[in-house]
Amino acid sequence: MCNNSLAEEKFKELDAFIDGLEEDEGNLIVILHKAQNLFGYLPREVQLHVSRKLKLSAAKVNGVVTFYSYFTEEPKGQHVISVCMGTACFVRGASDILSSLQEKLGIKCGETTKDGKFTIDSLRCVGACGLAPVVIADGRVHGRVEIDDLDKILVELESGVR
Amino acid sequence: MSGHKQLRIALRNCGVIDPENILEYIARGGYMALGKILDEMAPEDVIDELKKSGLRGRGGGGFPTGLKLEFARRNEGERKYIICNADEGDPGAFMDRSILEGDPQSILEAMAICGYAVGANEGYVYIRAEYPLAIERLTIAIRQAYEAGLIGDDIMGSGFSFDIKIKYGAGAFVCGEETALISSVEGNRGEPHFKPPFPAEKGLWGMPTTVNNVETLANIPSIFNMGAGRFAEIGTKTSKGTKVFALAGNVNKVGLVEVPMGTTLREIVYDIGDGIVGGKKFKAVQTGGPSGGCIPEQFLDIPIDYESLKEIGSMMGSGGMIIMDEDTCMVDIAKYYLEFTTDESCGKCTPCRIGNKRLYEILCKITKGEGTEEDLDSLKELGGIIKDTSLCGLGQTAPNPVLSTMKYFYDEYLSHVRDKKCPAGICSSLTRYEIIADKCIGCTMCAKACPTACISGKVREPHKIDQAKCIKCGACFKACKFDAILKS
Ligand SMILES: Cc1cc2nc3c(=O)[nH]c(=O)nc-3n(C[C@H](O)[C@H](O)[C@H](O)COP(=O)(O)O)c2cc1C
Ligand code: SF4
Ligand code: SF4
Ligand code: SF4
Ligand code: FES
Repeated sequence: MCNNSLAEEKFKELDAFIDGLEEDEGNLIVILHKAQNLFGYLPREVQLHVSRKLKLSAAKVNGVVTFYSYFTEEPKGQHVISVCMGTACFVRGASDILSSLQEKLGIKCGETTKDGKFTIDSLRCVGACGLAPVVIADGRVHGRVEIDDLDKILVELESGVR
Repeated sequence: MSGHKQLRIALRNCGVIDPENILEYIARGGYMALGKILDEMAPEDVIDELKKSGLRGRGGGGFPTGLKLEFARRNEGERKYIICNADEGDPGAFMDRSILEGDPQSILEAMAICGYAVGANEGYVYIRAEYPLAIERLTIAIRQAYEAGLIGDDIMGSGFSFDIKIKYGAGAFVCGEETALISSVEGNRGEPHFKPPFPAEKGLWGMPTTVNNVETLANIPSIFNMGAGRFAEIGTKTSKGTKVFALAGNVNKVGLVEVPMGTTLREIVYDIGDGIVGGKKFKAVQTGGPSGGCIPEQFLDIPIDYESLKEIGSMMGSGGMIIMDEDTCMVDIAKYYLEFTTDESCGKCTPCRIGNKRLYEILCKITKGEGTEEDLDSLKELGGIIKDTSLCGLGQTAPNPVLSTMKYFYDEYLSHVRDKKCPAGICSSLTRYEIIADKCIGCTMCAKACPTACISGKVREPHKIDQAKCIKCGACFKACKFDAILKS
């Protein structure tokens, strides 16, 4: 976990969020969304905190976290590059884009580079199929991506230029 | 997209109104249907009207919507629920997202109508977290509808109350299946369970629940405004109204199309979609997403509806429509879908968890050139068993992409296993690149592009590929401006 007082702030915000919700047994998922937004991922201590606060077993919380692919127990890199692997992107060459990106960064999809800079992951259809193949770099959508565009995208991410 | 042959009912307001302003929805006749219903109609009449319209579920199954509401009405429960299924899991489809972003009020109005019909006072929209803009618009729409007194307590002074809340998905395709969805709304792992009991009997928190797809709901206010009779005049004998498709892939004009049921694939691909990119040859159209199949050219002229698509081994599905050209390898496509379904299988039952994994492994073997003809038989046999024995729709339909491509493109499978060739040139292990000495002018471009430095040759002299070191990446093929590299 990062800086302790910072983490404390985040736990406080999470608790306030939980207290503000209407009573509903089905709230666990929305709470985990909030927690992941705050912390960036769902490490053990965050899961335990949620389970204590909601009076649920830690096994139940972990069961839900591991079931849904949106939740992650590993921190992500500074920059996240997601390649859309939806069908429309796939038939327009998304797998070549993904393999080339993996080769460039020397990591597999779902992994983070050793220096913590980049994470590659894959998505399934962001609804921009008309622009296929689509790559999302730190939330920014790049359409009709070709392998030759990847270097530029990586440089842009690293330098913060957009 | 050309308006030719299209008819907009579900998409009537998309792109026309400001989705963040309820007044614009009302100005286009919004909440008129709900007002009329609360004022003049008994719940049973609402159900009869929907039955008369012939509306069937647009989320994939095609179950008659009126009938579904009738079941939920008949079942007793302390409380009842209406759930809008906005999980839209088919990768390559975005009909529901567009409706939620373009016309969120229509969904709220329809949910209130369904609530009144079955006797439910609470509704949930279950929406995938990957759709932030749709979530934002929906949130605004709900707030405005409450402020206008069009949902909430005592709607328009009728005494009928209906609340709507949002629930978020978290990236699990199987949560689109209604029993899994309900389990997820309850805050649990989204694992499906055996039906019966159906949600209409025991759904959310054990209460009678109706789950309706976004596009299904978007049709409902229009049915009451235009009259069920007129709605039922559109479409085919068994399938009424229109269907929205997300046209994508190797077609010139991609995007959403809404056409009357009974339109042919040819009209969609060529008249609306303007044909195949780059003038290439059409090969297949995929409908029904991971549960559907690939339809070859010979069926381009059948009028599409729920039944006709099923007959040819595919299905309507939610409306993803992917056009594939001659450069698409059908074995590779089948493998793609199986990878998706094995990834998304919740693992609760063995045929789906293990069986589909085996199918996927066999397909991998085939695309690597290690497959045998016996493997093709195993695919068929195993596929049949998985369909018959899986617990939920995901497993039951997962083999469809394999079985339908085997049915219509068997030669292509045979080429892979017998001749060790991929006719489309996609499966890299089966592809070979060679330089034609006569055509090569020795420009060295290919050698510069090759990542493994396996192309040798002097400037202005024919080059050569060292096949032992070639990883078949195709970079040289792309780099050569003189058509001197042969891909086979
Ligand atoms: C694996 C699986 C995934 C599904 N995904 C969706 C989906 O994303 N959206 C949807 O509306 N229905 C989906 N369905 C169908 C739902 O179970 C249910 O039939 C539908 O929401 C009912 O609404 P309708 O009658 O309006 O179509 C899925 C079914 C299965 C088996
Ligand atoms: S068929 Fe697959 S997704 Fe459905 S319950 Fe069985 S394992 Fe889970
Ligand atoms: S296919 Fe790739 S590895 Fe093989 S020769 Fe061409 S560039 Fe080199
Ligand atoms: S790029 Fe083409 S023409 Fe140039 S050396 Fe390579 S094969 Fe020959
Ligand atoms: S398939 Fe990639 S955006 Fe839809």
